[in-house]
Amino acid sequence: MAIDTTLRTATISVLVENEPGILARVVGLFSGRGYNIDSLTVAPVEDARHRSRINIVTSGTEMVIAQIKAQLDRLVPVHRVADLSHDGPHIAREMALIKVIATGEKRVEALRLAEAFRARVVDATTESFIFEMTGNTEKLDAFLDLMRPLGLAEVSRTGVAAIARGTRII
Amino acid sequence: MSQTQTAPDAAQQPELQAGAEVLLRALKEQNVEVIFGYPGGAVLPIYDAIFNQNAIRHVLVRHEQAAVHAAEGYARSTGKVGCVLVTSGPGATNAVTGLVDALMDSIPIVCLTGQVPTHLIGNDAFQEADTTGITRPATKHNYLVKRSEDLARVVHEAFYVAKSGRPGPVVIDLPKDILINPAPYSAAVTTAHRSYRPQTEPDAGQIAKAVAALKGAKRPVIYTGGGVINAGPAASAALIALTRKTGFPITNTLMGLGAYPANDTQFLGMLGMHGTYEANLAMHGCDVLLNIGARFDDRVTGRLNAFSPNSRKIHIDIDPSSINKNVPVEIPIVGDAGRAIAALIAAWDAEPGDVDRAALAKWWQQIDAWRGIDCLKFHQDMTKGAIIKPQYAVQRLYDLTRESGRETYISTEVGQHQMWAAQYFRFDQPNRWMTSGGLGTMGYGLPAAMGVQVAHPAALCIDIAGEASILMNIQEMSTLAQYRLPVKVFILNNQYMGMVRQWQELLHGSRYSESYTAALPDFVKLADSFHGVGLRATSVDQLDDVIREMIALDRPVIADICVDQKENCFPMIPSGAAHNEMILGAGHEARAPGVTDAGMALV
Repeated sequence: MAIDTTLRTATISVLVENEPGILARVVGLFSGRGYNIDSLTVAPVEDARHRSRINIVTSGTEMVIAQIKAQLDRLVPVHRVADLSHDGPHIAREMALIKVIATGEKRVEALRLAEAFRARVVDATTESFIFEMTGNTEKLDAFLDLMRPLGLAEVSRTGVAAIARGTRII
Repeated sequence: MSQTQTAPDAAQQPELQAGAEVLLRALKEQNVEVIFGYPGGAVLPIYDAIFNQNAIRHVLVRHEQAAVHAAEGYARSTGKVGCVLVTSGPGATNAVTGLVDALMDSIPIVCLTGQVPTHLIGNDAFQEADTTGITRPATKHNYLVKRSEDLARVVHEAFYVAKSGRPGPVVIDLPKDILINPAPYSAAVTTAHRSYRPQTEPDAGQIAKAVAALKGAKRPVIYTGGGVINAGPAASAALIALTRKTGFPITNTLMGLGAYPANDTQFLGMLGMHGTYEANLAMHGCDVLLNIGARFDDRVTGRLNAFSPNSRKIHIDIDPSSINKNVPVEIPIVGDAGRAIAALIAAWDAEPGDVDRAALAKWWQQIDAWRGIDCLKFHQDMTKGAIIKPQYAVQRLYDLTRESGRETYISTEVGQHQMWAAQYFRFDQPNRWMTSGGLGTMGYGLPAAMGVQVAHPAALCIDIAGEASILMNIQEMSTLAQYRLPVKVFILNNQYMGMVRQWQELLHGSRYSESYTAALPDFVKLADSFHGVGLRATSVDQLDDVIREMIALDRPVIADICVDQKENCFPMIPSGAAHNEMILGAGHEARAPGVTDAGMALV
């Protein structure tokens, strides 16, 4: 069988037992086996059942991504592994807090673009704005590219949270 | 503690015992008979509990690494979970090599490690190490017990995880206060684990596809590994039935030896880097490859893009992550090897039609031609005083142990002697062969043989060793003496790290950098000082007497067999080469290429 060497990006959601060390297990698996992590988010999602959800954006060949899923699935505290980008349409969002330090024309332009991108102003001084922006990774990247010449000073991003569209659940 | 103690009904309140007592009670419930361990400050409460009971035997090793290897030998030879007990800090870090060894070879182990009291964790306390952090990639799973009410449950769960699915080592890190404080006991639960439920039953549709592919084969080969051994003796029996029924040739990996009787005509010998000519060429030339419980390891496949290039591949494995990891397969089957083989047999019988017997006969003709090369041939000069060939030493060891009629278990260290043992000692049954396959741990063999001997007191347990490897855990001779374990150490002594020397000769212009041991001990005196018996053979005429005497002695023995220093281990697929690019031994070089071409033309 020919090996497909095309790379693709995968958004993988992992439902795990919320216990100490689980994040280290997942991250260690990626570093130990040389897989990429483009983004990783983790938070408890079902307190009553002690479950957390980890969303990982990674990239690799089909064979590598299948391997990542299998490796995650065999970790003892892992309940479910879903490749959202493979299993059907999904929503992926991240939030960023973006600090732009500028005055005069640049400041005005930054605010105008923020409105166009539906970024919210959550803090303002006469020399700065902090924008809060939610969207997919590409939208955030595009906005940041525009802010760079306008005085982009600092960014804090959450990483991707993702969920399948429609009635499908993990 | 408060949560469990405030149960509404006082009568239902669980009885509390010291954590160490609860631990031992849980181990008893898990049918632990023996623990290999070494005491220290953090685990003293456990040793106190061990002192007060007789149900579980403790074997005091001389180094924690050896405790894990001994438990591996115990586990591999019995099919049970091996149990280890070490202290915090250095006790735990010394155990790490053994844990990774068990992880790579899928051996079920539960390793209890001591830890500093919970309130000191993170303070760089004396003999503190981040054991769960260190052993996370070294184990199948690990636990740190921080609450007394979790203790019994965690112990039961650890045994479940160690032996379920693809087996492996599990660490339970036990802070000292958890061992001292009162804890409730709870019996093992019978309900399914909340998240870890490996698939053992193979998919019927995939089995049907596999049988269709097998029946359509003209040049099939069955390639099986440690998964068949791990699936229990019934799986090996089923494998024999399947192989006989189909009439297909079969080869085993290093880890899979013994699953199929080595003296059977359908057996091609071991495959891989030092596998037989016929096994490797059959893998290269086959049109349908049935892999049962093996993982397409790099020692087996050689260069991946030239591995078995024209075959349809069926892969049965209990670990889905082993499938399509190195080699893409057409028909993956996730499940227990034993159940999958049974399902294949049932489907083979139910499916109409038979394999093309004429094509199969032609394939066997080809295989017999490859066998005719006699790739394991070596020349032993039989004149008095002649130097012993290492291959001959293993062959005589095999012959004479068979002649003795004793139930025999073989372990090895790592290197040339290990490959010669795999090639020349012929195993008829599973669980008789313990070797460090995946990790390749020098120093594995002696403690492993010790663990086997503990499990099988009446059996003949032999560690086929090299003089370099044996020195890595030689201290266990003292354990053998203490417990009167009559393990035999059969050293193929060539004064070199033989496999290193061989690679230096073949790949590094014979620059033998640091592979010669200039000041070896006198192994006969060494055995004597450890209360054992030392024997030595320096020429071929002495060999049989030494082996016979070794077998007859009911004491630990080191047999120092001085062998030809220059001997290399052949056949050999050099790293990065394909199965059909094998190097054969000295006596073959003139013939080999011609036959290879002829062979390849036919396939």
